[in-house]
This record gives sequence, structure tokens and C-alpha cells, in this order.
Amino acid sequence: MNLSISKYLNSYTEAAPLAVFRIGFGIMMFASILRFWLNGWIEKLYITPKFHFSYYGFEWVKPLGDFTYLLFIICGLSAIFVAIGYKYVIAIITFFLSFTYIELMDKTTYLNHYYFISILSFLLIFLPANAYFSVDAWKDPERAFQKIPRWCIDSIKLLLGIVYFYAGLAKLNSDWLFNAMPLKIWLPSKYDIPFLGDLMQQEWVAYTFSWSGMLYDLFIPFLLLYSRTRFMAFLAVIIFHVMTRVLFPIGMFPYIMIISALIFFSPKIHHQILNKISTLFSITKTKFDNNRMLFKKQQERKFITSVVAVFFVIQLLFPWRYLLYPGELFWTEEGFRFSWRVMLMEKAGYAEFKVVDSETGKRFYVDNSDFLTPFQEKQMSFQPDFILEYAHFLAEHFRKDGHKNIEIYVDSYVGLNGRKSTPYISPEVNLLNFADSFKHKTYILPFEDEIKGL
Amino acid sequence: MKISRILILACLVFAACSTEDDGSGDGGGNTDDNFDRGAMLANWADNIILPSYENLDEDSGKLEDLAKSFVENPGNTELIALRAQFKVAYQNFQSVSMFDIGKAEELNYRSFLNTYPLNPNDVESKIASGSYNLTLPSSYDEQGFPALDYLLFGLGSTSEEVLGKYTLDANAENYKAYLLEVATRINALTAEVTASWQGDYRDTFVNNTSSSSNGSVDRLTNKYVMYFEKFLRSGKIGFPSGAITGTPSPINVESYYSGDFSKQLYLQALSSSKDFFIGKHFGDAQTGESYQSYLEALDRGDLADDILSQFNTIQARSGELDQSLRNQVETNNTLMLEVHDELQKEVVLLKLDMLQALSISVDYVDSDGD
Repeated sequence: MNLSISKYLNSYTEAAPLAVFRIGFGIMMFASILRFWLNGWIEKLYITPKFHFSYYGFEWVKPLGDFTYLLFIICGLSAIFVAIGYKYVIAIITFFLSFTYIELMDKTTYLNHYYFISILSFLLIFLPANAYFSVDAWKDPERAFQKIPRWCIDSIKLLLGIVYFYAGLAKLNSDWLFNAMPLKIWLPSKYDIPFLGDLMQQEWVAYTFSWSGMLYDLFIPFLLLYSRTRFMAFLAVIIFHVMTRVLFPIGMFPYIMIISALIFFSPKIHHQILNKISTLFSITKTKFDNNRMLFKKQQERKFITSVVAVFFVIQLLFPWRYLLYPGELFWTEEGFRFSWRVMLMEKAGYAEFKVVDSETGKRFYVDNSDFLTPFQEKQMSFQPDFILEYAHFLAEHFRKDGHKNIEIYVDSYVGLNGRKSTPYISPEVNLLNFADSFKHKTYILPFEDEIKGL
Repeated sequence: MKISRILILACLVFAACSTEDDGSGDGGGNTDDNFDRGAMLANWADNIILPSYENLDEDSGKLEDLAKSFVENPGNTELIALRAQFKVAYQNFQSVSMFDIGKAEELNYRSFLNTYPLNPNDVESKIASGSYNLTLPSSYDEQGFPALDYLLFGLGSTSEEVLGKYTLDANAENYKAYLLEVATRINALTAEVTASWQGDYRDTFVNNTSSSSNGSVDRLTNKYVMYFEKFLRSGKIGFPSGAITGTPSPINVESYYSGDFSKQLYLQALSSSKDFFIGKHFGDAQTGESYQSYLEALDRGDLADDILSQFNTIQARSGELDQSLRNQVETNNTLMLEVHDELQKEVVLLKLDMLQALSISVDYVDSDGD
């Protein structure tokens, strides 16, 4: 066992696939940042709001006012440096830190896609992605290597595999498979899509999409790994992500996944891609083809492989943490994030907050639009941790305004996957009696239905 | 190389199919099992919105005429006629207030016509000075129907006292001028909005069947839900009863000065909202495509039934209210609070359940309530 592991860790392969991945990743990230900026989202999501929802433990991460733009500039520049492989280690660390900081500023904008970028860029810190076809390798032939340990390429495949496979597992539930929810709600609203609009009205289409989506997610990693099915699998990747792009507003993610899936192809294909790039930019690719193998010092190797091993153990276990909580995951959302649960729910809420003076009994309702953007209000109204954080914010605000003996109650309703809305948070509970934590939130009212499955 | 060709092809497909808010779609919904949103928009525009505006336009024209007659000859007969026409127009305004889209949105029509409570001190000081500019947003609460309400009922406790302001008062000329200015402006704004629906805007509205948040269905639905929540529930019942602030506030009642008219305005707004939900044509009993039929087409007839029966519950409870909501607040506010609770249930059904079922996202930016 030990022998085969160390044998595996000492087996080598071409560095070309990792170089292509690095270039694709860097360009995609730069494009994403640029798109984010041009859409005016920095202003809309990070400058305009008066209040930001923080992740538990990361309350200190806040937008930086106008310096937020600088943060995006740093993030975008570091993505370009990653793409060309110049000062790679500094560049990828900078990218990881700045991107993750951006994501931590306000959890309103949480997307699995962004989390994926964060952890992928973390992993890339420990991979020798600048060993081949990079400015670093060009400038210093001492640091140029045509061959790198095989696990470096495989680790990216593993991460992609986890994302897909866990997303597939999450679809193994009765709402998705037997009620075609939420696709049955979402697809008919796409009535004006060219060619497909009428089809989207059919119930069987929602079922077909649900089941094929589940099968796709579960099996695509294996079909990409196996050389005889790889080409068909890649076609499926393109079709699947094109469909999601056409049907849903999910930005750059489909492009990122399609480009990432190239990593599964043999080095031969990546050399072809790099040849094209070389011709395009008149780069002497042969300068990199030095047949040198990257050996790191024993200690450094040990450190890197341990970090990567721990990283993957966490990735494999973390999505299962919801099992430690009672109640329906979709309802309580305790352990929902960071688990590749993508597009699983049509969930919306309505929450009105009541500020009560416990001495006099005087009370009034809060107009959420005084404090939150419509997007924040939407996200807040069906997620318990948002509701709690907002309640504490309101108490703080009204305390400063001179109100005394403040208690905060919420009248809230949530509708999930086509069920009629029901009360969500206990209206009798003073939310200020609770602090946010990883413990089960007892003030969430029980879900009055059952969703079977994982 | 195969792969690169496929990638190029994929990019082309992406570009061709990208649907990021590209304006109007091509209608959709021409097969039997599709709900026809274009037909719903046409029903809204042709059978509900435009006739409601045309009806009000006629009333506001008469209102201006009667205001002129009154100003020329401020006698008791003229006052009675003007008061009666004020009530007709104000009540019919309740049927268009929710359609804050197109010209109405651009002009801030609702804010100019019905921002209450009125600011009587500012009105008086403007009358005293004789100089004012009612086109400024800062003058929302000095004009429109609430100003007429004050000028026709609030200037004295009897008709004689009111008439006195237009005849014996040192500032009588200024009172007359202000009254006429307010009535003229109500008519001019109403005429402008009505003309836009009679003109190009009708087609712009009906043809924009896009599923994006810029599509007419999404936009007007957001307006409709917001109207029900902010202007009907909060404005007419929530603020006066103190359901929202904790403190009953009779001054917040609509048509505060004419006293026994507020319930009628509220009931009209309520039934107009209900009629819009079921797609009932203005002025006759026929119905067309609507939220109700849309929900039924999406297999959510259960939800349509819930919404409709909640409308009926609200109407039944509201029937018990005093003719004057001000009286109701001052004598038995509990009933007001109970009506508010029933309205609240409808807000949840419309804003949460209906929007979710129709896959319409809430994206409105709230303005200050009126």
C-alpha cells in the first residue's frame, strides 16, 4: 500500500496539460472580473448597500469603500500574471487571497461557482503550473521543467470530479427526481427562448432534464477519465453547459467548466493547443521541451503533498456535515453551502421584522428597503443565518437611535419547490436571545413535508 | 483539430442563444398547451388599463370644468357639484393607481395625485404667498386629490365656512387660484397618461412579452404586488391603524377631511386589485387572460383559489368597517388591525407564492410610501 502510494507520487507526466489549464484559468478569471466590473456589480453589490451579510467567523471582512475597486484591479491583474505564468507563486497567492476576500465580503452573493474558484486557486498555489510554457520558465531555464509529478494533474481532475459527483449525489432526492422540482417551475418561464421555448412548457421535458442532469453529474467524471468515452463525454460537457447557459443566468461558469474539462485529455492534445498559441504569438515552444523532470526537496515535497492530502480529505467530508443537523436540509440550510448543491431549490421568503420595547410593549415594523437592497432582502428572507444577523443589525441600529429594551421578532414565510408558503421562523422568539453559531438553530419552525433522499 | 472546432461551434451556439435581457422576445405561447402571455398583456391593456384611464380622464375633465365654474361663482350649488365630482374622480383613480408603468411611472403620476397625509401648513403658506411650482417632487404632499379633499372639506367645519374662504377671506382669490391649479393639474396629468395608452405605448407594452425582468409581465407584476403591499395594505390600513408603527394615526387616513369617504376609496382599490387578478374587464363582467388563468395553466389552480378566497375574506371583513376609517381608528381600532392581518396574508400569497409560481423575481426598488 505505502509502496504503491510512493510509487504513484514518484510517477511523472507531461506538464503541458497543467500549463494549458493555467492559461485558460487565468484568462477566464480575468474575463470574469472584467465582466463583473462592466456590469456595474462592484458598485451595486459592494458599494451601495449600507449593510453587508458576513460569514460566521469572517465578520471582519468588509468591502473597502472605493478601495474595493483596487481590490478587483489587483485580483484581475494577478489573474493575467497567472495566465502568462509570470511570478506565478506570488500571482496565484495574490489571486487566491483577493478573490476569496471579495467572496467573503457579503454572503448575499454566495455561489457554488465562486467557492469552486476559491478552492481551485488555493490548490493551484501548491501545483507547479509555471514549470512549463510560462514566462517564469522562459526567463529562468533552471526553473523550467517539461515533466512534473502525475498527481499534480490528477489533483485537478479529482477536484472537478468531486464537484460533479457531489452535485449528482445532491440531486438524489424526491423533489428533483419524482416531482421534477424546481425545473418544473423554472423551465416554463423560459418561454421566449428561440426554438426551445415551446418545448420548455412540457412536463416531460422537466423530468427528462432532471434525470439526465443527475446522471450527467454522477457519471461525467468517470466518462472523462476513461479514454474510450472521453471524446463523447467532452461533447456531453459542452452540450450540458451550453444548455445551462441558455436556460439560466449563470455567467462565466459554463465556460470555466468546459475549459477545465480539457485537463482530462492526453498531453498530446495539450501540446497541439500550445503549438497553436506558439504560432499565434511567435513563441519558440521547443525552448520549453527540455525533458527535465521537476524534483523538489524531500521536505518541501512532504509539506506540499500533506497540504494537498488534507485539502482533499476536507473536500470529501465537508459536504456531509449536514448530517449532523436535525431537520430537512433544504428548509434549514444548515450545511447547505460549500457542498455543491447547485440549482436544487426554488426557495423564496417573506420576512417582516418587528421591533418591540419590552418595558412599554410599544412596537413597530421595519421597512427592509431602508437597510437592504432588493437582492439582499430576497436572500435574507429565506436563510436563517441571514435573518439572525439582520435582526442583530437592526437592534444595534435602533439602539443608536435611542430606542431602549429592544426585542426583535420576525413574521416570516418560506415557499420551497412549489409548496405553498408556511411560517418559517417562530414569531414568538426574540431573535436577540440567539447568537450565530454552527449549532442547530432551534427557532426555525419544522418543515411540514418530507423530501426523501440524500 | 476536432476539439478546437467543437469549441468554436460551442461559442457560436452560446452567442446565438444568449438571453441576457435582450429586450422583447418573439411572443411564444402560440401552441395550445402554452399560456399566451401576449394575450394576457393585451387583455390588461385593452380591457382593463386603457378603459380605466379613459374613464378617469373623463371624470378629471369634468372635475376641472366644475372647479372652473366654482371659481367663477363660488356658491353652494357649485360647491356641492364639485364635491360630488371630486368623489367620483378620486374613487375612479383607485382603479388606475396600481398601473405605475410607462408614462405614469415616468411622470410619477401616483405620487403627484395621491400622496397623503397632505401637508396643510405648506398648502396654506403657498396660498398665502400666491407663488408655487407644483411640478416639483417636493410638492407631492401639497396637491392631487388629498389637496382637493382639504380645499373642499377641510377649510372649515361647515360648507358655509368653506365657502367663506373662497368669498369673504382676504386671500379668497388665492384660494380659488390654488384650487383651480390643483384640479387642472390632476386633469392634465391624467390626460397625458391616458393619451400614452391610446398611442404608441399600448403596443410597446403588449409586444414586450420577454421573460426577462424587463418584460411587461415581470414589470407590471412587480408593480402590482408592490402596490398591494405598500399602497393598499400599508397606506390605506397599516399606517392609520398603527399596525406598522405601533401607534394609531388617524391623520394618515386617505381623504381625511371629507370624513365618511375613506372606506369607499379603500374598497374600490381592493376590488380593482381583485378584478385585475381575475382579469375582469373594466365596466363589465367579462373576464380575460389574467394571473388566475396563468396560474391555472401552470397547474397552480390551488394557489389561484387561495388568493381569490383570501380576497373574498378581506372583502367580507372590510365590509364591517365604518364608512369613515378615521372613525374606525378612533373608536374600534381592533377591527382595523384584523383587516390588516387579512391583507397581510394576501401579501404573502401574492408576493411570495404567486411570484414564485410564475418565476418572477422581486426586483423593485421601493420608493417612499404615499
